[in-house]
Amino acid sequence: MNLKLKIWRQKDANDKGSMVDYEIQNVSEHMSFLEMLDVLNEELIDKGIEPIAFDHDCREGICGMCSLYINGEAHGPDRRVTTCQLHMRKFKDGDTIYIEPFRANAFPVVKDLVVDRSAFDRIQHAGGYISVNTSGNTQDANAIPIPKDNADLAFDAATCIGCGACVASCKNSSAMLYVSAKVSQFALLPQGQVEAKDRVLNMVNKMDEEGFGNCTNTGACEVQCPKGISLDNISRMNREFLSANITKG
Amino acid sequence: MSKSTFYTSVGYKILMALSGLFLMLFLAQHLTINLLSVISAEAFNEASHFMGTNPLVQFLLQPVLMFAVVFHFVMGFVLELKNRNARTTDYAFKNPSTSSSWMSRNMIISGITVLAFLALHFIDFWIPEINTKYIVGDMSGLMADGSFRYFHELQHEFQSLPRVIAYVLAFGFLSLHLLHGFKSSFQSVGLTNGKKRVTLHKFGNVFAIAVPLGFVFIALFHFLTQSH
Repeated sequence: MNLKLKIWRQKDANDKGSMVDYEIQNVSEHMSFLEMLDVLNEELIDKGIEPIAFDHDCREGICGMCSLYINGEAHGPDRRVTTCQLHMRKFKDGDTIYIEPFRANAFPVVKDLVVDRSAFDRIQHAGGYISVNTSGNTQDANAIPIPKDNADLAFDAATCIGCGACVASCKNSSAMLYVSAKVSQFALLPQGQVEAKDRVLNMVNKMDEEGFGNCTNTGACEVQCPKGISLDNISRMNREFLSANITKG
Repeated sequence: MSKSTFYTSVGYKILMALSGLFLMLFLAQHLTINLLSVISAEAFNEASHFMGTNPLVQFLLQPVLMFAVVFHFVMGFVLELKNRNARTTDYAFKNPSTSSSWMSRNMIISGITVLAFLALHFIDFWIPEINTKYIVGDMSGLMADGSFRYFHELQHEFQSLPRVIAYVLAFGFLSLHLLHGFKSSFQSVGLTNGKKRVTLHKFGNVFAIAVPLGFVFIALFHFLTQSH
């Protein structure tokens, strides 16, 4: 298929940037979206044009590195997939495709389609962990009985790959789906209880400090999340936050 | 150690939800009393007089209601501005309808419409009521002929077609506001999970349509049953 592409080009963080038009011919429907961009970049290099910078790593939907806002949707028009898992069969011959970086003030553009998502790392550092004594006397985690339902829900929350699609698709650039998944994966397990109150308060404070917007429950994040992280996690985080405020004083 | 503070994005969201939940309770109460005007003028007069003169309603519930209304609107505007500032460079291509409802994205538009209606409502009912009771000092609720004035005042307001049209439009926007606001409030205070969320959404949709429809019915009933 032949496609028209409108791609965001920006030399560096200080450049103003703009949408630039490209055309690409003979795109196989079996290609992944990133492979299509690889081919375009080969062509650009042959013509002596600077290739388009975009994030990617594992290319199997696990690492959370790929991003891209494709035709107005984070990770493109398919559901429950990352951009690297999106296939060109989702598009038709002659289509015009808009390709933009994930937009949020908390995710500044580094170059072209590459954004700095280290705000997520800093939120994680604020409380997205459990402190485990590794002196040699650590209890075997399997010795602690955990209800199956809770274990499943904690696992579901932990499947969040931190790609930032929730922020990109939210009209408010809110990071609450991400933060709530990181709060929930510990809130549901006994190992997470010791630091539960500090965790939710610190992570919410850090999220605000980083400049993310407020959640207005539009639900766009859940729809666009490649891992299907549920809004129930946001509900749980709100309960954890309320409970921490009431009991911590 | 963390410092415990409610003044965060999640805290504001919970306060918005609590004020919204209180306003929805008020709406249900208001509709119940207004519906009496369709059934019996006497019952409506009795209920209105009770609400208008009971000290608990006047000096506790009314100030709480005023506070909730002002807080909900002011916070709504503040959060909208804050959220807009979180993305100063917008997308060139947007396709929001694939993942969220119009109602959820435009609470500020439906909210401003309801606010404009509230201004009209205050001019129609609340300001004259406060004037009669607390400035003129007439707490009797009676007209010169000795009968209660409430039903008469209600009918008088619904004689004008433009006013009835304004009411119908405003309640249409209130319905749009509630279609997202009801479920959103429960989500914000952490009361929705799995199956409970589906049930609450269904109930919320019924509430969001039935309550404004009830107010529209009352306005139309009084307009159509009066000679013009």
